[in-house]
Amino acid sequence: MPKLTIDGMEIEVQSGLTVLQACEQAGVEIPRFCYHERLSIAGNCRMCLVEMERAPKPVASCAMPVGDGMVIKTNTETVKKARKGVMEFLLINHPLDCPICDQGGECDLQDQSIAFGFDHSRYSENKRAVPDKDFGPLISTSMTRCIHCTRCVRFSTEIGGVEELGLVNRGEHAEISTYVSRAISTELSGNMIDLCPVGALTSKPYAYVGRSWELKKTESIDVMDAVGTNIRVDARGGEVLRILPRLHEDVNEEWLSDKGRFSCDGLKKQRLDRPYVRGKDGKLKPSTWQDALTVVAEKIKASNSERLAAIAGDLCDAESMLALKGVMQSQECKNIDCRQDGSKLGHGPRSSYLFNSGISGIDEADAVLIIGSNVRWEAPIINARLRKRYLQAETFSAASIGPNWDPNFACDMIGAGPDAINDIAAGRHPFNDVLRNAKNPMIIMGAHIFARQDGKALLGMLKGLAEATGVVKDGWNGFNILHSAASRVGGLDLGFLPESGGKDTCGIIEACEKGEIDLVYLLGADEIDFDRLGNAAVIYQGHHGDKAAHRADVILPGAAYTEKDGTYVNTEGRVQLARAAAFPPGEAKEDWKILRALSSALGKDLPYNDLGSLRQNMVAQNSIFQAIDSLESPVWGDFGTKDDFLLEPFEPAIENYYMTDPISRASETMAACTESFVLPQQGKTGTDG
Amino acid sequence: MLRLEDRIFTNLYGFDDSGLKGAQARGDWSNTKDLIQKGRDWIIDEVKKSELRGRGGAGFPTGLKWSFMPKETDGRPSYIVVNADESEPGTCKDRDILRNDPHKLIEGTLLAAVAMNAHAGYIYVRGEFYNEAMRLEAAIAEAYDAGLLGKNACGSGYDFDLYVHRGAGAYICGEETALIESLEGKKGQPRLKPPFPAGAGLYGCPTTVNNVETIAVVPTILRRGGDWFAGLGRPKNTGSKLFCLQGHVNKPCNVEEEMGISLKELLEKHAGGVRGGWDNLLAVIPGGSSVPVIPKDVCDDILMDFDSLRAAQTGLGTAAVIVMDKSTDIIEAICRLSHFYAHESCGQCTPCREGCGWMHRVMQRMVRGQATVEEIDVLWDVTKQVEGHTICALGDAAAWPVQGLIRHFRPEMEKRISEYRKAAKAA
Repeated sequence: MPKLTIDGMEIEVQSGLTVLQACEQAGVEIPRFCYHERLSIAGNCRMCLVEMERAPKPVASCAMPVGDGMVIKTNTETVKKARKGVMEFLLINHPLDCPICDQGGECDLQDQSIAFGFDHSRYSENKRAVPDKDFGPLISTSMTRCIHCTRCVRFSTEIGGVEELGLVNRGEHAEISTYVSRAISTELSGNMIDLCPVGALTSKPYAYVGRSWELKKTESIDVMDAVGTNIRVDARGGEVLRILPRLHEDVNEEWLSDKGRFSCDGLKKQRLDRPYVRGKDGKLKPSTWQDALTVVAEKIKASNSERLAAIAGDLCDAESMLALKGVMQSQECKNIDCRQDGSKLGHGPRSSYLFNSGISGIDEADAVLIIGSNVRWEAPIINARLRKRYLQAETFSAASIGPNWDPNFACDMIGAGPDAINDIAAGRHPFNDVLRNAKNPMIIMGAHIFARQDGKALLGMLKGLAEATGVVKDGWNGFNILHSAASRVGGLDLGFLPESGGKDTCGIIEACEKGEIDLVYLLGADEIDFDRLGNAAVIYQGHHGDKAAHRADVILPGAAYTEKDGTYVNTEGRVQLARAAAFPPGEAKEDWKILRALSSALGKDLPYNDLGSLRQNMVAQNSIFQAIDSLESPVWGDFGTKDDFLLEPFEPAIENYYMTDPISRASETMAACTESFVLPQQGKTGTDG
Repeated sequence: MLRLEDRIFTNLYGFDDSGLKGAQARGDWSNTKDLIQKGRDWIIDEVKKSELRGRGGAGFPTGLKWSFMPKETDGRPSYIVVNADESEPGTCKDRDILRNDPHKLIEGTLLAAVAMNAHAGYIYVRGEFYNEAMRLEAAIAEAYDAGLLGKNACGSGYDFDLYVHRGAGAYICGEETALIESLEGKKGQPRLKPPFPAGAGLYGCPTTVNNVETIAVVPTILRRGGDWFAGLGRPKNTGSKLFCLQGHVNKPCNVEEEMGISLKELLEKHAGGVRGGWDNLLAVIPGGSSVPVIPKDVCDDILMDFDSLRAAQTGLGTAAVIVMDKSTDIIEAICRLSHFYAHESCGQCTPCREGCGWMHRVMQRMVRGQATVEEIDVLWDVTKQVEGHTICALGDAAAWPVQGLIRHFRPEMEKRISEYRKAAKAA
């Protein structure tokens, strides 16, 4: 533990830190542009210069490792002068167009020039202008503002895993550019906007929309995947304008996937803002809440409890699922399921459907077997974590079974279907030894593979493999299910599952087809096969006029995730709270309130009138909901079956990363991304223009 | 004054055969095996005794630099890299070594490699030196054929492989860490130090980068003894040195001379004196474009070595003596150097990227006189803001010529400004 003196204060810090980090620990602020704690050290902005005793020149504190007995001075005339000098250099070719710059108000260059710069300019020559680059539909560039800190280059290379950005040319002509003119193809590209300390990279959809000080900032949770990324929703009036990540070391560090960040314009499109009831002519007609709820209640009452069913979708908060479960229970209906994809997960111990090692557990893993999952698309944040581990670990081997995908770390594609898993389990494939010899081996399974007919058998086989190869052992559980639906773990924790004798999603759909079900209540469930619902009446409660609304007989307009206080449980089983940042549009209501009102219309009131008592009910149902933002160590148990598996290869879970749910399908930005990134891969047809 | 028998580069002018036979006739490769077998400590000691200082410009003691290389390997190999990316304006000494005495360099590389326990070496040759690189490669091929390089080099039991790498002509690749980056196939941009190359250099392994001339004098030092070398020149500024004499002299030339010779003697003896006589001298840049200019009154009695030039607020640099007589527009001359540095700045770190361009633009106006007197102070301030605040020394090198100009020729600049004003008023 080296001891050093910073501005006269003696401080003992961990060895291996840099002087800048030591200064931070001592409470001394060092200005910086290029330094970022999650990126490699570039040391090129020279803003962090400090004086070091016995050094002839000021040193860049971001790059200088601490040493015992160092004497650092950060507030001397030399240091102040050096900072002023660097600041002046940064500004001579900066356009100073703050009034028309989207970064204005949250710009490091603005802040630091106030704190450390000159009050006037001595530069009277012409400024440099740099042509803007096309970074695709998400990032707007204004390269004249660039100060060449190379944070974006380091981000895309190190975290994004795509070597597409670089500093080209030399001296004054140096500019950040894609080597080959094309959009940046990483699912995390939006983070470059946050990293850019100036207004060179700004959000294209948010361009000229608002100023940071006009926005109401609400801390919430992202639902575009099951990672539970901590986000901040910035809204003005009733409108969500942008979404930014929040820091959570164990979940998303400080990153946010592009879908979570940019799909928010979908919240303004295709919204259901009033109830609809399908008339006798077969057309949906606007209705009132009272009428619509009466119609639904009558339809439910008219039906036998065995001929009722409810399915919850992928974006539901736990509160609304609890309320719907309560309503269905009051009708003695057993046909409820929160797994609209038909997955067989659930029913077992919690460890049978969680990402048991936790997301931060990846930081310890040294062997990873990925099964049937395109992690990069299903959970970009987790993929980034895997890449980080791949870059940092001394030994790290990864292999993937399932459809081909493009991992941005070394990962062998070793098979397409369950037989490949069986080969490993039987020791016929060398990855068996890799898992066995690893200290912290891990199996990551895409949740959707358990939606196959042989889901339970696969679960049993993988459990066996995990136990046999030390993936699950004392002090380590690397049996990781990777969900892609934000609501799923919450639904499973609430037991939103068919009770004994009840039908699951597949059963419900089959029964509908046969005419054995009169009414299906869909809570935001848009991803089922609507052609197979037969003549069953469909009640759709949700926020977007997507697939389900077209088939629905009654539409009850609900709230999207930014418009309600809700609880979400992420893929590792972490309970997190999302908060309302805006109001639902028109007559739309928070979902649990709709169901509470429906229960009254049915004459069987749910036992809660406010969110507080609802949540108490939720805790009574499963105490896990009490432990906000904590992980309990998983208890291993018995699950899965020993049946034979099918030989068919695994199917991809997602065809298009940018469009997976009603919100992202309604988003223009996501459509533009699809056009830029996905369609060229899939091969355009002649009619694409 | 160097005696004839103390000259190291006996074929500097290429009058003799530059090939292996000629080199051997001049004494190269004569007892290399014995020298190698005396071991690394002996070699480093001899070099330390000779007080040889790096000939690339910075003048760091070579023996000390070599002793930074790890004694015991931790599994990583060590590398020796020879910096033949001679791009400093005015400098052409390494070029003549590569052309006419390549075997001195090759033998020196082998001996230096022994001193740092390196079994592979790279010579990074400036891209423009096409013919020189061909000569060097031919010489290396000869040495391999004669068993002087490769496995069991010179029959000493020491294995050493030597490779030539040609650069693409960027000035910054002469900076040791940028050279290493370039050698690794990356964009030539200097690295942050620490870690220093002796700890983590080429491919992350211990590396020492030396100038061509530094390495090429080593075999002679080892043969004739460090004391012989230390006996030449002045204390701490020992040995002989190649000087590149050019500009407004009657007979421009490269010449090997003793360190500490007076500038006047050097010019008059070897370059036929300043054009139009010593009194026609305006100023001299004594060490390549990177060091501050000195006016005639300083030149009169200055000695050409590291310490005395440093005392005169300039430097020996690469010992490229650029002589300017009174016909020179000194402001324009320095402005041309500013242009060079603005053009060659790598653009990585802020002060150099932005400062070099700024200095050049202001200098362009200074040439015309289209400026204010206060701007001379701003210019001075800008050079001070660049100097010492950058990753590598290019920032310093860009600042110093301008500083030298302002230090010694401020009246000239002010005169230019007032003339411009007068002309503007008259028009």
